[in-house]
Amino acid sequence: MGSGGDIPEIPARPDERDRPRVGVDDWVASVEDRREGRAGFAGLARRIDDIVPAWARLAAFAAVAATLPLWMDRGDLFAYGIFTLIYILLGLGLNVIVGNAGLLDLGYVAFFGFGAYFYALLSSEHYGIHWPSAISIPIVIVSTALLGLVLGIPSRRLLGDYLAIVTLFFGQAFVVFVNAANPTVQGKGLTGGPNGIADIDPNDLFGYEVTTRRQQYWLILGVVLLVLIGLHFLSESRTGRAWRALREDPLAAEAMSMPVNRLKLMAFAFGAGIAGLAGCLFAAVLTAVTSGNFALPILITIYAVVVLGGIGSLTGVVIGAIVINVSFQFLAPENPQSNARLLFYGIIVLLLALGVRPWWRLGAVLGGTVVFGFAAHAVAEAISPSWTAGAVVEGGRLAELVSDWVIIPVGHDRFADAAYIALVVAVLALTRVHGWWRTGLLVPTIYLAAIVWETSFVEQPAVARWILFGALLVFLMTVRPQGLLGTPRVEIV
Amino acid sequence: MPLPLAFNAELFIQLLVNGVTLGSLYALIALGYSMVYGILKLLNFAHGDVYMIGAFVGYGVLTLLGGPLSPNIAIAPLIVLMFLAAMVTSGLLGVVIERFAYRPLRDAPRIAPLISALGVSFFLQNSALLLFGSQFRSYDSFVLGSENPEFFEPGPLTDPVFVIRNVNVQLIQVIVLATTVGLMVALTLLVAKTQIGKAMRATSYDREAAAMMGINTDRVIASTFFIGSVLAGAAGVMFGLLFSQVFHFMGFLAGLKGFTAAVVGGIGSIPGAMLGGLLVGLAESFAAGYLGGRWSDLTVFGILIFVLLVRPSGLLGTRAIHKV
Repeated sequence: MGSGGDIPEIPARPDERDRPRVGVDDWVASVEDRREGRAGFAGLARRIDDIVPAWARLAAFAAVAATLPLWMDRGDLFAYGIFTLIYILLGLGLNVIVGNAGLLDLGYVAFFGFGAYFYALLSSEHYGIHWPSAISIPIVIVSTALLGLVLGIPSRRLLGDYLAIVTLFFGQAFVVFVNAANPTVQGKGLTGGPNGIADIDPNDLFGYEVTTRRQQYWLILGVVLLVLIGLHFLSESRTGRAWRALREDPLAAEAMSMPVNRLKLMAFAFGAGIAGLAGCLFAAVLTAVTSGNFALPILITIYAVVVLGGIGSLTGVVIGAIVINVSFQFLAPENPQSNARLLFYGIIVLLLALGVRPWWRLGAVLGGTVVFGFAAHAVAEAISPSWTAGAVVEGGRLAELVSDWVIIPVGHDRFADAAYIALVVAVLALTRVHGWWRTGLLVPTIYLAAIVWETSFVEQPAVARWILFGALLVFLMTVRPQGLLGTPRVEIV
Repeated sequence: MPLPLAFNAELFIQLLVNGVTLGSLYALIALGYSMVYGILKLLNFAHGDVYMIGAFVGYGVLTLLGGPLSPNIAIAPLIVLMFLAAMVTSGLLGVVIERFAYRPLRDAPRIAPLISALGVSFFLQNSALLLFGSQFRSYDSFVLGSENPEFFEPGPLTDPVFVIRNVNVQLIQVIVLATTVGLMVALTLLVAKTQIGKAMRATSYDREAAAMMGINTDRVIASTFFIGSVLAGAAGVMFGLLFSQVFHFMGFLAGLKGFTAAVVGGIGSIPGAMLGGLLVGLAESFAAGYLGGRWSDLTVFGILIFVLLVRPSGLLGTRAIHKV
């Protein structure tokens, strides 16, 4: 913390940490922490976020996003464009619940699913009902919000932990209901069971059907922009301020005669409604819904979106959704591995560049890793050629470089598993050591990460991305709970 | 004397036996939830996955010692070894999770450790998927220790110990029940009689005051996680022995039900967790028997909602004072 280099070092008393310090109480200490939080890349992002007015941010986002279809092909537009927008919408809804009101909703994805299924029932071949979007979407939004309200009531008295578990159970019950229970209505399974519901109508704008990818993209973009504007004004409104007060200190809010429970339920229903809206758009774009689209992994992804961007910040949600969805699509099984590899090594180098200071220490780590890798490769080859006989999955120039550097054995079954466990241990150990020890430990850790990447993650990118998202949640919560653009909070109670 | 009942008494007794065995599993899981909640006011979502890891460690020991079809050692020490390895590994895993995912968040807003727990749970699930694959692994407890496993001759674990109205109570069910009761007695004694138990009670009553009295609360919390996770690991091996199949996603549902059991019994209360586990197990078993298997999960969910509406503090819990 101290920066005064020219003050002579006074040996610290053994009980230095526990002694009272004049003028430094908890509050002041936390202010210091908050100032510190503004250093580096994240601090820069936050300062930019503070300076640029909200309308300018929105205009910039709208301008960039609107031109996306002009240079992207249909598949990319679907994977990168439309999915990002859906994640933004979902993140915005969750942000109202988690960020504004401070409630933990683990059944959020079920509201998304409920919206999608309900839309599918109202506008598809399944029952031959084809209501126009102008009627079906409002109905879906309102009923999803009502569902949220009903679900919130049993946990009303014990909002918080109980709400989390009731909603988590609800999410699971939704999947079970849709998949297995599938009650028969009018001679047909209501939800289609594991097959889901197919042939869903496209959205239409008062009679004009939105069918091509570009049109869908622009429609969803329009919806996202409208929701963003609405939420911006909402958070500036009386209710929005009340939610913030509630999140910061429920006790004080109650003492100020705010209807705490009603506000909480309102936020809950509001978020659920947005999830229902996202479900309508999602179902229309996919033209089919199955329960697998609304299971736990998607919930984790939405949480990663909100937490990464910074709980409570609209800009943060947009940025979080873009980052998460792009990396998500890079790690999709059908994507060429060379892209994912580039992203992986790129992120490692980027994180090092942001996190390791001063520059010569960064240089030492990078150089050390390269040398360490070649040395380890040579040693392994000397022991037995089988240790380095494996081939890197898929070509690309980076792959050729990597294949002479990373140990990829053939015929050593458990090597990849052992490397993975060693990597987890090394990463945990990294958080416990400091100074040169940390720098030294970084080298083998990065090398282990490369081994794990080349031996197991590349073959199961879908699993890899869930592991990384899970780790990301823990990492962000322990290191930077406010995310990229959120406001650090001090719990007073 | 035949029971004067209008329904199929054999089915009823069969479901009762199944329910009690299942319930003892849930009770063991619920204890971990309840103890951690009592001491930290934290929902440890990763608890179910610790249980899953325990089941896989038991399977690993079984495979290392020759596999279920031809174990290298006698069946009794084999099962003891499986239990011990799973319990120790799970316990250590619990301590590591506490140290790295929860302790840095001790003074953070309430929502931060919950999200962190969610991340840990998801991380463990998918790590298991990466390491062990998505297929079901079988303990093959049906043929474990049998003379001719290749002919599917049942092993000693399925021997009937006693028979009630043509319903066999198998050895493995008796083992599970006896182990559960033993662990619970040990836990109750530990909490009531030993110094660490006393420290745990003090810490859960008021952490700050306990710290002022010279109790090392960090160590007490770590040992709570250790004990809770040890019980979860034992439950994991029991599940493998009872139902033969372990897979990476098993912790999720079991965790939810264990949590329900903890809430039904009164979260934070140790006898409550035992009672709640039994009730949830019985409810699930009877729902599966009389309504059909697909309704059992929804029944448990219904029970949770009902208890939250009628008696949020659970059957044996003390009413918590909420300021808001």
